[in-house]
Amino acid sequence: MGVGGRGEAAVSAAPAEEAAGKDGEEGSRWTMKEKLIAAAVLVWVLASAASGVVVHRNIRHAALQKMEEGLVSMCEERARMLQDQFAVSVNHVHALAILVATFHYEKHPPALDQDTFAEYTARTSFERPLLSGVAYAQRVEHADREGFERQQGWIIKTMKHEPSPVQDEYAPVVYSQETVSYIEGLDMMSGEEDRENILRSRASGKAVLTRPFRLMSNHLGVVLTFPVYHVDLPPDAKEEERVAATAGYLGGSFDVESLVENLLRQLAGNQELVVNVYDVTNSSDPLVMYGSLVLLGIPSPSHICMLDFGDPFRKHHMVCRYRNKPHLPWSAISTPSGVFVIGMLVGYIIFAAWSRYDNVKEDCRKMEELKKQAEAADVAKSQFLATVSHEIRTPMNGVLGMLDMLLDTDLTSTQRDFAQTAQVCGKALISLINEVLDRAKIEAGKLDLESVPFDLRSILDDVIALFSSKSREKGIELAVYVSERVPEILLGDPGRFRQIITNLVGNSIKFTERGHIFVQVHLADHSNLATESEVEPVANGMNGHKDEKTAVATSVSLNTLSGFEAADSRNSWESFKLLLSCEKNEMPYESVSDKVTLVVSVEDTGIGIPLEAQAKVFTPFMQADSSTSRTYGGTGIGLSISKCLVELMGGQINFVSRPQVGSTFTFTAVLQRCDRRAIGDSKPVMLHPLPSSFKGLSALLVDRRPVRATVTKYHLQRLGIACDVVATIELALGVLSGRNGSSLTSTKQPCMLLIESDSWGFKIDVSLRSRLLEMKQNGHTHVLPKIILLAAAESGKLKAQYAVDSVITKPLKASALAACLFQTLGITRSSNERRDNSGSLHGLLLGKNILVVDDNKVNLRVAAGTLKKFGAKVECVESGKDALALLQVPYKFHLCLMDIQMPEMDGFEATQQIRAMEAKANEQAVACDDSERDGATRAAKWHLPVLAMTADVIQATHEECTKYGMDGYVTKPFEEKQLFQALKKFLDPGMSS
Amino acid sequence: MAAAALREQLNALLSSMFASGLVDDQFQQLQMLQEDGGTPGFVAEVVTLFCDDADRIISELAALLEQPIVDFDKVDAYVHQLKGSSASVGAQKVKFTCMQFRQLCQDKNRDGCIMALAVVRNEFYDLRNKFQTMLQLEQQIQAQQ
Repeated sequence: MGVGGRGEAAVSAAPAEEAAGKDGEEGSRWTMKEKLIAAAVLVWVLASAASGVVVHRNIRHAALQKMEEGLVSMCEERARMLQDQFAVSVNHVHALAILVATFHYEKHPPALDQDTFAEYTARTSFERPLLSGVAYAQRVEHADREGFERQQGWIIKTMKHEPSPVQDEYAPVVYSQETVSYIEGLDMMSGEEDRENILRSRASGKAVLTRPFRLMSNHLGVVLTFPVYHVDLPPDAKEEERVAATAGYLGGSFDVESLVENLLRQLAGNQELVVNVYDVTNSSDPLVMYGSLVLLGIPSPSHICMLDFGDPFRKHHMVCRYRNKPHLPWSAISTPSGVFVIGMLVGYIIFAAWSRYDNVKEDCRKMEELKKQAEAADVAKSQFLATVSHEIRTPMNGVLGMLDMLLDTDLTSTQRDFAQTAQVCGKALISLINEVLDRAKIEAGKLDLESVPFDLRSILDDVIALFSSKSREKGIELAVYVSERVPEILLGDPGRFRQIITNLVGNSIKFTERGHIFVQVHLADHSNLATESEVEPVANGMNGHKDEKTAVATSVSLNTLSGFEAADSRNSWESFKLLLSCEKNEMPYESVSDKVTLVVSVEDTGIGIPLEAQAKVFTPFMQADSSTSRTYGGTGIGLSISKCLVELMGGQINFVSRPQVGSTFTFTAVLQRCDRRAIGDSKPVMLHPLPSSFKGLSALLVDRRPVRATVTKYHLQRLGIACDVVATIELALGVLSGRNGSSLTSTKQPCMLLIESDSWGFKIDVSLRSRLLEMKQNGHTHVLPKIILLAAAESGKLKAQYAVDSVITKPLKASALAACLFQTLGITRSSNERRDNSGSLHGLLLGKNILVVDDNKVNLRVAAGTLKKFGAKVECVESGKDALALLQVPYKFHLCLMDIQMPEMDGFEATQQIRAMEAKANEQAVACDDSERDGATRAAKWHLPVLAMTADVIQATHEECTKYGMDGYVTKPFEEKQLFQALKKFLDPGMSS
Repeated sequence: MAAAALREQLNALLSSMFASGLVDDQFQQLQMLQEDGGTPGFVAEVVTLFCDDADRIISELAALLEQPIVDFDKVDAYVHQLKGSSASVGAQKVKFTCMQFRQLCQDKNRDGCIMALAVVRNEFYDLRNKFQTMLQLEQQIQAQQ
């Protein structure tokens, strides 16, 4: 109970506090709830108590019944015994009466005297345990009194020991037992009870009893009287006969009190019981024969037994009751209290469970709420980041621009140094902000990937170019290889693709001090093939080829691009060769589906990623450890962005890294195939075609390392140069001299000899050159091949040092290679390749009528000049009003370029008026259309493309432009790319008039 | 003086103009327009237009700023115009100073505006001198041919 109560209090306190925090309505709901709880608790407690009480009642009832039964049986037992003993005593008195009759009256002279009677009765007193004494009183009629008195020698006295007054008859005691000898000579008729007894007994001839009274011994008792007759009377004798025949009376006093006491003492359970014996002849006034009259304070169950002492006139009964209040068994208390306690406990458990459920539900609701808040906060954070980054970027551009200008001015070297530092820092800040912005955009789900055609190879060249100076500084070999099966033009987001690769390569450069960085691009299907087949040789190695395998083992690891071991053994020459062979086999690829899955791997031989940090590499702002950022700088956001971008491209990114050996990051990206023809010439801006002047040339490459050789070959092939590879210069000379010409795949004589710088020995140039000259004189070769050295170091020094035709500095990229070859081979660029960029704009604008509206004459002139260059016919006006005057339906213009800020009528207003006019014309056209339905040209609605010319190209301006009915904007001054992008929607080349 | 020497002088002048940031890519674009578009005298025309325009605007600005109560909206409009034409010609320095000028204008800073106008004027005169030299050289070259 105590537990229950406390728990309840504690639990109900919590909702109370809760209620305090809520507003009024909710508060009242809470108190309602509390009331309900209180009511439920009350009901439960009452129910438990009631069940306890019921159990208690049942048990007590059963106990009482059992006690009552015991009482009844004990009472009955006592009554029967008392009755039996009494009957025995009465019988003896009867026998004594007969004795007296026999020996006193039938014998003459009587055989009895006082002494005999006393002795006899004393000796037989054991037979009458209930009688304190017996006495015989003779019937004496008044007439006989004097004779009797004389004969006896004493006078008859009353009970009060006075000489008896004159009576009709007397009953003086003649014989008495010694115990009651004090009554000898007393007239029994003088005592009221005795007299009545005598009269009744001689009338009935049976033993009669007096009502209980105080005996002379001061004990309660009754007197038994038995008549003695002169003659033996028949049982049916009449009352008068009996009275007449009466000779005397035999009496005995029952000392009931002591006798019953004795009797009860012999019986078990005496202590528990209180026994009362009553004379209930007069039922309204029962007379106590035995037992105290003092009633016990508490009424307790009693039992009444009828007693028959042989006197038909008198009625007696015995009342038994327990002395003490019947005490209940312990179980009557403990069981119901147990039940109650259990009930309370169960109640508490239910309550606790319920309130716990309630709490948990409430907590859950709170959690939900917090979760929502957190998510909202996250979105807000991303938006905030995006906004802030953007806001920072704008002034930063100003700062950088000004720094640029500052650097262009005359500065002392110290000042220049300061400014340059500031610029570098600013650029770093901008790039960091861009990254944060990207990250925020990705998180906010606002980053959309473009889908434009692009040339993957040129993007990789750009990335290489970006890092070439760094790689040269560090002396790292940086190389790119793109599988031939990768389509030339792909649809995707080149910017983001470049970002991923730039990030990975940037990381690699940062963490690599020696060896190489190798970027490879393959198609997913055969990349997998190679990985699978790679397993097999290992399995073979286990049975039999073990020796061979271990022998190669050292060289296997060195068969990478630079000879340093790489983390991912997949990129060793063996598997690379497999990839290449796959390509050869499956050429030409057939475009089965539109989707192309690329596998790009960036392998480096840097410090690797510590094992414990590998798990969190892609977590934002998480670098391998804090010392890394101290040593190498950077924020660690790049990889997480890359991961996001890769996932946006439908791919995955993962890596293999071994500390102190290197890391290989591999990602997949799903791009779309794009047919070059399909693009046509409409979007060549994105493409930077390589010069085609080298088609059909052939080259011979001297390189010990197959991987590196493949990379070089790849770049040469992109320029259309067929290439053969030999391992050493000696072999190359052999090939050139035609000794084993069969090994050459190309039939042409190689026109250039490319030699890796590590195959280049001291003084080898001189001997090589002389050998070649010798060969030419001998007629083995027709042309002297140009000798080109491939070197990682600065080219100028090497060229001066060695007698070679040219030196190409690593990293290799096709455009640089082309530039070098142009110079070396003396080929000039075909002129049509030079400037076909603007051709599209030319095509777009050729023959178009364009109206340019600007109040600024200079601007007007420049804009007109530019547009004219692309073949457009340009008309210029200097105000919105003039423009409106020229613009009348039907238009002769294809396009209108309008300045926004103009005096009198600005661009927005002019456009609105143009649109209003068009709407009117269109209505008329519709009206006319009803009459002449065939006029197909009429059906076309008038809508002149109007583009704003503006210097600030922020989003707001664009929106405003659209609002006023403009179709877009062009930057001022014109930027070819932007102009093209803006115009292509409105002008299609076929439309020229 | 031979045409080649003149041309060399012209080239030196142009490269110094580019190097000092007086003009930017846009100016180069104009020159290319002239070469490719086959419109001789295009640059000269544009430059002359610009110089006249700018000269007019600068004197207007000077007049406006001398007023006891300066109408900054008007000033802003003029500076905007000057900025537009300088951007078109590729007069980078004038353009940048115009940008600063507009900022001061929006702040309604009269003293700042007067100072800015002085800077713009200096820049412009510097540029005009260079342009005039350039045009003279071109004329001489044409006369020689």
